Amino acid sequence: MATIEFVDVTKTYPGALRPAVDRVSFTVPEGAICMLLGTSGSGKTTLLRMVNRLIDPTSGAILIDGTPTTQRDPITLRRGIGYVIQQVGLFPHMTIAENVRVVPSILGRPASEMAARVDELLELVGLEPGEYRGRYPRQLSGGQQQRVGLARALAADPSVLLMDEPFGALDAITRERMQEELLRIQRGVRKTILFVSHDVGEALKLGDQIVVMSEGRLIQQGTPVELLAHPADDFVRRLIGGNDSILRQFEYLPVTTALEPGTGEADASDEALAADATLLHALLRMMQSGQSALRIERDGATIGHVSLASISRQVQAGSASTGAPVTAQ
Amino acid sequence: MGELIQYITDPANTFADHTRDTIVLCLVPIVLSLLIALPLGVLVARQPVAAFLATNVSGLVRAIPTFAVLMVMLLLLKQIGFTPSAIALTALGVPPILLNMIAGLRGVDPAAIDAARGMGMTRPQVLARVELPLVLPVAAAGVRSAAVQIVATVPLAALIGGGGYGEYILNGLSNEANAIDLFVGAVSVALLALLTEAIFAIVQRAVTPAGLRAGLQAADAAIGPTDIEAPREKAA
Ligand SMILES: Nc1ncnc2c1ncn2[C@@H]1O[C@H](COP(=O)(O)OP(=O)(O)OP(=O)(O)O)[C@@H](O)[C@H]1O
Ligand SMILES: [Mg+2]
Repeated sequence: MATIEFVDVTKTYPGALRPAVDRVSFTVPEGAICMLLGTSGSGKTTLLRMVNRLIDPTSGAILIDGTPTTQRDPITLRRGIGYVIQQVGLFPHMTIAENVRVVPSILGRPASEMAARVDELLELVGLEPGEYRGRYPRQLSGGQQQRVGLARALAADPSVLLMDEPFGALDAITRERMQEELLRIQRGVRKTILFVSHDVGEALKLGDQIVVMSEGRLIQQGTPVELLAHPADDFVRRLIGGNDSILRQFEYLPVTTALEPGTGEADASDEALAADATLLHALLRMMQSGQSALRIERDGATIGHVSLASISRQVQAGSASTGAPVTAQ
Repeated sequence: MGELIQYITDPANTFADHTRDTIVLCLVPIVLSLLIALPLGVLVARQPVAAFLATNVSGLVRAIPTFAVLMVMLLLLKQIGFTPSAIALTALGVPPILLNMIAGLRGVDPAAIDAARGMGMTRPQVLARVELPLVLPVAAAGVRSAAVQIVATVPLAALIGGGGYGEYILNGLSNEANAIDLFVGAVSVALLALLTEAIFAIVQRAVTPAGLRAGLQAADAAIGPTDIEAPREKAA
């Protein structure tokens, strides 16, 4: 468990005209998944690699649990951080099992102790251990290699994970499976995760928070709901929503964003909807039951209601140029 | 044929001694070349300027006839015999190994090295666990061609008193009556060269990690070092 804090972090590559990362400050709380979203070349990889000191910032600091990374030995620091690199980078001369257990092995754990763990990790990433553990990277497809890269990063059970487009080469179905697995891991031992993605749906689904970058600068940081409801500018709106802005909001905004006090026109005797349901759930329920308002419950207690009118107001607010405040949280 | 066996078994011709001398005169330069070229390759491969220099100097050294190197050694050390011969042959052996080390190390997938560093391997660990296993087959191909060249050149060493099969050849060349000497010398060297080629081909195969073997190559064969000294292996 670890908190990661970026304080005014700037990186200018030698000879570059402008910084690749420009005075970026934000904090990833312990156990949170922070999604880094941004156009190509916006500095996401650079930001990630400064956390494990593969790159040192030109100025500013990165603090893990309050300690500046520059005060820590890079080797020990990196051994406590799982890193899934963008180009996968499996070791071609090692079998899949050897690749997966390489981090524990540099930490001095004997291979015999790792056999069960390797199989468990391969299963986790959806590769049948019996079939794949003895293979070599060349005998795997790009997507399968990518999943081995994830297993390798998880092997030593690090409290911090840096993931650079870890699911980029996966088809939609496998990608969704991996996302579910990641969330499942996260429900157990919570890790602090920095996750670079090009896929807005992925960011909205996985992120406890999202950091939007453009040309090295942090444009907006917030929860998926905050970004959907109040995009900071047109860039964020286009990045997050595109043409599917309204659809996205139905899909990802919880009903609490359109909550109104009291029960309104909702029938008190009707089954209530849980507070973590999305606007889409609410609309589907309304269509099924033919009602125009629904009671919302949290832990068995009614906390208010949503209506077609309140949902419509919320969605329009999120898509308009000036975001209206979130009704309720 | 009978004549040949008679020649070889005649104690006066000291064939066994000549064979031993030849083998020692080959082995010492091969080992010295390895001891020089392997660490040198590791040192310079990641330094662009040093690697450029090493590559070009190696190319240059290869262009100088071994005969000239032998003579230079003779003049420089002001002595004849084993030492100048061994040094000259080492000069012949270093370039192919060094060139392959440099090309091999530079050919290692940068993503693999990046991943290795990212997971907290120390520099020596990256070298021992990632770079060397990947570069070994390429280096071995260089060693193989260095060894064969050294064996093929070893008769020249007799010119400066290096001994070995070269003495038979010199004998044979100096007097037409000694044609059998020439024949025995030449055939022995040829056989030794073939044997060397065979042995080092096996060594090269043995040090190639299973994951890099040709038979394994799947759809994307772009990973792994480039094999420059032994294109024949590609077909294997
Ligand atoms: N080693 C380097 N030396 C010089 N410039 C670099 C280096 N690495 C990255 N850059 C530059 O820094 C900027 C940010 O690069 P970075 O790799 O962090 O982008 P990114 O957001 O990860 O992009 P992508 O989504 O395409 O992976 C780019 O303009 C890139 O050209
Ligand atoms: Mg990147």
